[in-house]
Amino acid sequence: MPILEIHHLTKSYGDERFPDDISFTVNEGEIVCLLGPSGCGKTTLLRIIAGLETADAGQVLFAGRDVRDVPVHHRNFGLMFQDYALFPHKNVFENVAFGLRMMHLPRTEVETRVREVLELVGLSGFEERDVNLLSGGEQQRVALARSLAPRPRLLMLDEPLGSLDRTLRERLMNELRAILKGVGVTAIYVTHDQEEAFTVADRVVIMNHGRKVQEGTPQDVYQNPATEFVARFLGLTNLLPGKVVGVGKGHAEVETEIGRLEISNLGIGNWELGVEATVLIRPEAAGVITESPLADDNAIVGTLVERSFRGGYYRLVIRHASGLHLSFTVQAISESLPPLGASICLSLRSEAISLLPRVQN
Amino acid sequence: MNEWMNGRMMNDKHLLFAYSHIRTFTIRYSPFAIRLLPLVFLAVFFFYPLLAIFRLSLAPQGHLDLAAPAKLVSTTYYARTLWFTTWQATVSTLLTVILAMPGAYIFARYRFPGKSLLQALTTVPFVMPTIVVAAAFNALLGPRSHLNLALMALFGLQRPPINLQHTIWIILLAHVFYNYTVVLRIVGGFWANLNPRLEEAARLLGADSWRAFWQVTLPLLAPALVAAALLVFIFCFTSFGVVLILGGPRFATLEVEIYRQTVHLFNLPLAATLSLAQITLTLAMTSVYTRLQARTARPLQLRPQQTTQRWPTTWRDRALVGGNVVFMVVLLLTPLLALAERSLWTGRGYALTNYSELFVNRRGSVFFVPPVEAVRNSLAFAALTVGLALVLGVIGAYLLADRKSRLSRWLDPIFMLPLGTSAVTLGFGYIIALDRPPLNLRTSPLLIPIAHTLVAFPFVVRAVLPVLRGIHPHLRESASVLGASPARVWREIDLPIVSRALLVGAVFAFTISMGEFGATSLIARPQMPTMPIAIYRFLGQPGALNYGQALAMSTLLMLVCAMGFLSIERFRYGEVGEF
Amino acid sequence: MKKQLCLLLAFVILTGLATACRPAAATPTPAGPRTLVLMSHDSFAVSEDVIAEFEEAHNAKVQFLPSGDAGAALNQAILSKANPLADVFFGVDNTFLSRALQAGIFEPYKPRGLENVPDELKLDPEYRLVPVDYGDVCLNYDKSYFEEKGLTPPQTLEDLTRPELKGLTVVENPATSSPGLCFLLATVGHFGESGDYTYLDFWRDMRANDVLVTEGWEDAYWGQSTWAGEGNRPIVVSYATSPAAEVYFSEGALEEPPTGNVLGDGACFRQIEFVGILKGTKNRDLAEAFIDFMLSEHFQEDIPLQMWVFPANEKAALPQVFLDFAEIPERPAVVSPEAIAKNREAWIEAWTEVVLR
Repeated sequence: MPILEIHHLTKSYGDERFPDDISFTVNEGEIVCLLGPSGCGKTTLLRIIAGLETADAGQVLFAGRDVRDVPVHHRNFGLMFQDYALFPHKNVFENVAFGLRMMHLPRTEVETRVREVLELVGLSGFEERDVNLLSGGEQQRVALARSLAPRPRLLMLDEPLGSLDRTLRERLMNELRAILKGVGVTAIYVTHDQEEAFTVADRVVIMNHGRKVQEGTPQDVYQNPATEFVARFLGLTNLLPGKVVGVGKGHAEVETEIGRLEISNLGIGNWELGVEATVLIRPEAAGVITESPLADDNAIVGTLVERSFRGGYYRLVIRHASGLHLSFTVQAISESLPPLGASICLSLRSEAISLLPRVQN
Repeated sequence: MNEWMNGRMMNDKHLLFAYSHIRTFTIRYSPFAIRLLPLVFLAVFFFYPLLAIFRLSLAPQGHLDLAAPAKLVSTTYYARTLWFTTWQATVSTLLTVILAMPGAYIFARYRFPGKSLLQALTTVPFVMPTIVVAAAFNALLGPRSHLNLALMALFGLQRPPINLQHTIWIILLAHVFYNYTVVLRIVGGFWANLNPRLEEAARLLGADSWRAFWQVTLPLLAPALVAAALLVFIFCFTSFGVVLILGGPRFATLEVEIYRQTVHLFNLPLAATLSLAQITLTLAMTSVYTRLQARTARPLQLRPQQTTQRWPTTWRDRALVGGNVVFMVVLLLTPLLALAERSLWTGRGYALTNYSELFVNRRGSVFFVPPVEAVRNSLAFAALTVGLALVLGVIGAYLLADRKSRLSRWLDPIFMLPLGTSAVTLGFGYIIALDRPPLNLRTSPLLIPIAHTLVAFPFVVRAVLPVLRGIHPHLRESASVLGASPARVWREIDLPIVSRALLVGAVFAFTISMGEFGATSLIARPQMPTMPIAIYRFLGQPGALNYGQALAMSTLLMLVCAMGFLSIERFRYGEVGEF
Repeated sequence: MKKQLCLLLAFVILTGLATACRPAAATPTPAGPRTLVLMSHDSFAVSEDVIAEFEEAHNAKVQFLPSGDAGAALNQAILSKANPLADVFFGVDNTFLSRALQAGIFEPYKPRGLENVPDELKLDPEYRLVPVDYGDVCLNYDKSYFEEKGLTPPQTLEDLTRPELKGLTVVENPATSSPGLCFLLATVGHFGESGDYTYLDFWRDMRANDVLVTEGWEDAYWGQSTWAGEGNRPIVVSYATSPAAEVYFSEGALEEPPTGNVLGDGACFRQIEFVGILKGTKNRDLAEAFIDFMLSEHFQEDIPLQMWVFPANEKAALPQVFLDFAEIPERPAVVSPEAIAKNREAWIEAWTEVVLR
């Protein structure tokens, strides 16, 4: 049962529209991630839901009610800004207590709740600290605590980890999900980092140029990117044009620059013979073969141009005779790999190759 | 080598900007000498003349004569004057702040067509001579104004229903008229750089717009607000022309009484005593302020204006912007337009006679002022004042910005003192103190921009200081860590952030110099008439043409000032844009 | 782009300095002309060709130093007496005469041409200050206002207290305005300080008749009068020459003055302006020559249209507009400079008490 429903939200800036006809829903207690490159309209979408901006068209329904005429301060939505927007003239306690004081709660209740959320975010004992003197990570936690304190019906987080360094970010991602899930709050999480989105979210909505391009669970989206854009955005770069030359039940054959490929993961599309498509070869699709390939092996031969050891696996980049570069992750032992610049033969698993609609330029 | 040269040149350029007129000095000596500059300036052109006139007035025979201070307390008149001076200044300040805050808000947060023109025009009142403003108010609200005549006709009244003349109301109205722009610019400028997310965060946390304003915006605005209020207060506290002319003879501020005692009764001991009282009170006010300021200032995340301003989109936005624009036009522009209209009236119809007559020296007078020359003189003095005030003001603001230093607590009130000092007292001090080389400046034209700078430089300090204190130390630190020299840090970090405030300060210095008449009219000056002096010369003789020419010159003054403001505003610091 | 700010500032300072320093006081070279500095109040005016004549005749350059209103200028001269700002001071009037003489800042000099000046204008027997011009402060009234309302214009001071003239008069505050003080002196001279109707009784009646007090002449004349300003008061304290000036400055629109003078017995006060050589001048001979020149007919005939007062020299011809419209009261009120110096503050104080508080 969705608690938040977004219907066809559109806002125009001159000729451009960010967001452009966006619809999605969020279920109670669910964390939905808006994922997309910067400038794709994610932040504006959040601001419209929060009531800080008005949409030109579309509706925001919360618990079935249109919130258009509900003023910002009556929505009881929390928004954690990218720059945190901590009140510089108030200390940590006063910052966190702000929303509670706006609810006219009794003093003792405010104090209890502040202590509670500070503990939740791991900042017990920070009450009297000057927010201007906190580290980035600490400021981020104060901002989270402040947003959570009034128990918002919906919490929105706008690139909450965006201004933190890489290691801190990786640590906080997991922690953030744990906190949000622990509280059970319904949340919309905006980020441009797919790793962050996959870690935190129950479901992701991928946006580009103001439009929604795909929606689903992280696994779904990763397994079946709907478009070439999504694939690239998720870091899947082995994309090549192809033409469907054979279609069977659950499998197809495409003709590409690197040869004919057998595909057994057709995803959602309906493929007819002769259709132009984009072929996506997942990096984990390849296995190294040392003996000469069989005809139905989905094998390709290229020059090894890059190889790096990544612990459990190797990352390889090969250059095909057509000039195309493809990158793969393979489980292998060092001895089985040819030296750089030597020719290498790989076989591609048909279930790790899929077809995407061809972008018409 | 190339790299090094580049960096070197940039540093030099920076120095050229900051202290251009003492450039060689700067490069050869330590910055300590630079830091002393505002203090030296004040010592020579303020404290020294002031002490000289006080000594002459209060201890003519070498020992202190306390007869005058005794007289001060023997009658209640001066106590009442002091009381009136204080409360009218307080009420004027409150009114100005309350009325100008919505204006400051829309200027800070919205873009709208004609904004920079309107901003320039709101500053024009500041330069208008009181006597001309009195005429404008009379034209709009006087017994024979259209408004009064219409009301009389409408309600069948015998006497004009609106009669503000010589009442406290007209004093308050005039003080708002003159000082609106101080609050608008200082608060508006600061507000424009305030992170709007803070207020939005408060709204999301359940605060309605009023509570968000009171709890978040107002405390953050406090440094700029208090600075603007202090300036307005001191202006009203030392108000002279407005009280004298508009208020009429029943009202007197300390400044009026000092003028009367000095010029008409030549009672220097009493005048000096009153002057001292005025200075002491100013000092007390600014000390209170300094404490407030030090407590309210905190590092802020200041934002460039492009990111904080938007076009009004909802009907509420539009009503807010529109309402304020209408208010400003009615309060500030209608009197100016009334003047412009009268300047075109010849008694028989509208024509440019009054303007063309400005260019004709009909009586062959030595004192004829060609308008071009008056404009040029005014602009030259203003340019010098802007230059001097910016240099001294910026250095002064840096001296104060370091809140940890004990010096700043003492210096701040001292920097404000010239504003609270009677012009006639200081002018007479110049006569007796600056009379021999190397400071034989009594009749030098330089004395005029120097006197203007004394008034203008506290404005620059006030405009720059809140922003300077708001610069997050991390910004400078990170720049240093990234390898920037102190000079480079200043140019890359401070200057872009402060540039907006510098412009505000420059506008005020320009304004003060263009419109200032009181102080310079009281000191001997060589024959370099400015526009206000030309206006007063015309008003000094009877005849419709003289009046018309005075109004024509006033209109020119408005135009020149508005253009001056616009060109100062147009100026932006390089690619940094409007901060 | 980056250089913009530096350039602007440098430009600003340089142009400012260049312009401000341009007419810096010329240091006299032995061969070049000598400089004579004339300090005066702001109302002083003279024709270019008149000054040029003097400069040519004496190989001199006259530098003017306008120094505020009459009081401010005199006070500055007094304050700087140890190191005078100028050679000649013009603009001491009879209300300030005693203060000026007591301060001892003038050197005696009896100029040529003084014989053409009537004796009643010569108030300093030691010739430290000699008269240059005179003018009468009196009431102007709006002729058309009185015609339209069918009222008789006032003739005397007493008329002003008539009930039908209630709320019609504007005077300037004697504490802040020179004509205001002169008018107060006229009432002092006319009504006296003792007797059954003193000047204070008159002012009490004036207050009862709703007299309006303004700070200065400009506000009274431009602000409050019915003919020149935006006001609704047809009687204003001004000068007896103001009606003539109204015609002169009307661009030919007026054939005759819109205003009349109240010239009754003792209704006016004669203001006489003096010039003197400042003690300590290094150009005594040139200063003497200048004062002689000021009393010469050429200079004296220039005075009326420049300053709207009458020349002290009786031989000076008056311009047509003066002959046609400028009036001289037959019997102005008389108060001696000594009495003014002695009682000035007390009279103003008493007046303030009666009229304003």
